[in-house]
Amino acid sequence: MKYVLLVVGDERPWSQAGPEERAAVYARWGAYTAMLTERGANLGGNELAHSSTATTVRKNGDQVLITDGPYAETVEQISGYQIVEARDLDEAIELASAMPSDVEIRRCTS
Amino acid sequence: MSAVEQAYREHWARLLAILTAELRDLDLAEESLQDAFTAAVSAWPPVPDNPPAWLLTSARRRAVSRLRHMAVAARKLPLLVVDEPQAGDDLLSLIFTCCHPALSMEARVALTLRCVGGLGTRQIARLFLVGEATMAARITRAKKKISQAGIPYRVPSGPELGARRDGVLAVLYLIFTEGYAAAEGEDLIRTEPAAQAIALARMLAALMPHDSEVSALLALMMLHHARRDARLDERGRIVTLTEQDRGRWHREEIAEALGLLRPGPPGLYQVQAAIAAEHASAIEPQDTDWTAIAQLYELLEALTGSAVVRLNRAVAVAEAQGPGDGLELLAGLEERLPRHHLLPATRAELLRRLGRLEEAVEEYGKALALVGTAPEREFLQSRRATLRP
Repeated sequence: MKYVLLVVGDERPWSQAGPEERAAVYARWGAYTAMLTERGANLGGNELAHSSTATTVRKNGDQVLITDGPYAETVEQISGYQIVEARDLDEAIELASAMPSDVEIRRCTS
Repeated sequence: MSAVEQAYREHWARLLAILTAELRDLDLAEESLQDAFTAAVSAWPPVPDNPPAWLLTSARRRAVSRLRHMAVAARKLPLLVVDEPQAGDDLLSLIFTCCHPALSMEARVALTLRCVGGLGTRQIARLFLVGEATMAARITRAKKKISQAGIPYRVPSGPELGARRDGVLAVLYLIFTEGYAAAEGEDLIRTEPAAQAIALARMLAALMPHDSEVSALLALMMLHHARRDARLDERGRIVTLTEQDRGRWHREEIAEALGLLRPGPPGLYQVQAAIAAEHASAIEPQDTDWTAIAQLYELLEALTGSAVVRLNRAVAVAEAQGPGDGLELLAGLEERLPRHHLLPATRAELLRRLGRLEEAVEEYGKALALVGTAPEREFLQSRRATLRP
């Protein structure tokens, strides 16, 4: 089964992190994705630009409304994603637990 | 009891577990098995030689027919993830799936009672004092999550097993306490949830015979439940443990429970069962070994860090060493238990024993402001009344 692991949390600490801290975090993510690849579970993923740079497109009938900012203005935002191949939710939870962040797990329906 | 009712009680969970593993669809398995029992109501007697085999065959036939009438495209949900079937593990798989931590606690409780306990939606709704429609929606949502999110139908193994087993035990214990801890309303004790929880724990203990925590939970629940007829007086008022008529305790149940306890690592339920066993073994209140109980509570507090456990420990210490020492252990607990009526109630009782009557009256007042059930309120009022001239 295919699952998307959404990286969720408060973006502020990351945006305020210094170069050394960033390097350390990237090293942890690098090790994590290497582990996924090793297991044959890595179906791609990415860090996302800060949610303040997001653009939201809403539809109202034929109208398209474009607004600046994320779909929902909350402290916790999605700041990355990782798609994984997992046998079931238990394995997806195992992979999410190894991730260096809080995670929301969603199964892809196809 | 009719043969069908008996078969339902004895075989529902196991048959559902087998069918779910075969069909990889909990909903379909449940509906087909329901159909099979309905068919049995009109087909029996004569009761077949092997009722569960008859029911299984009938349910499989119903499933095939249901699948035939259901267009493949209309199948909304993905199939369950089922490992290579391990003989005899189906029922445990069903239990672990119903109690999966990715489900809400409410959903775990409802699903476990429905699938493993074989209770109808209306019965479960009544046990938890919610509407039938609400409960039906809760069960449907839970089944959908199992299928959609890919919760596996499997007994966890390795290091995962311990934590997952604790999760199952927590569900059973929650069902049990639901009957005792009616937070509001007139009925202080409803024995039905407790009886259901004990039946489920018996099933689990038979499936995991070497797990001392599982048998400890069963023993713990049985020891509490054995006192059910002594907990309220004829007017429905609460009777404290020391004042209970021990002749109304179910001694044969206590004996069976004590026989279930065996040495094992000091887990949450091991320690609680040991405490309950100390109480249950005392023929008269004055025979209670409060020193042993106080030590067990100390161990339990170290395991849980719980403020409620600290409260109980204070009560035991007060009995073992005197009310002053008990009172000392209660110091500062308000912050951690701001809305718990038993904290001021306990402090009031200890102050009363120390002869500090004015402070005791004040604490009874605080307890009365927080208490939820009518019998408990009456109990506190009668206690406070004894302090007033």
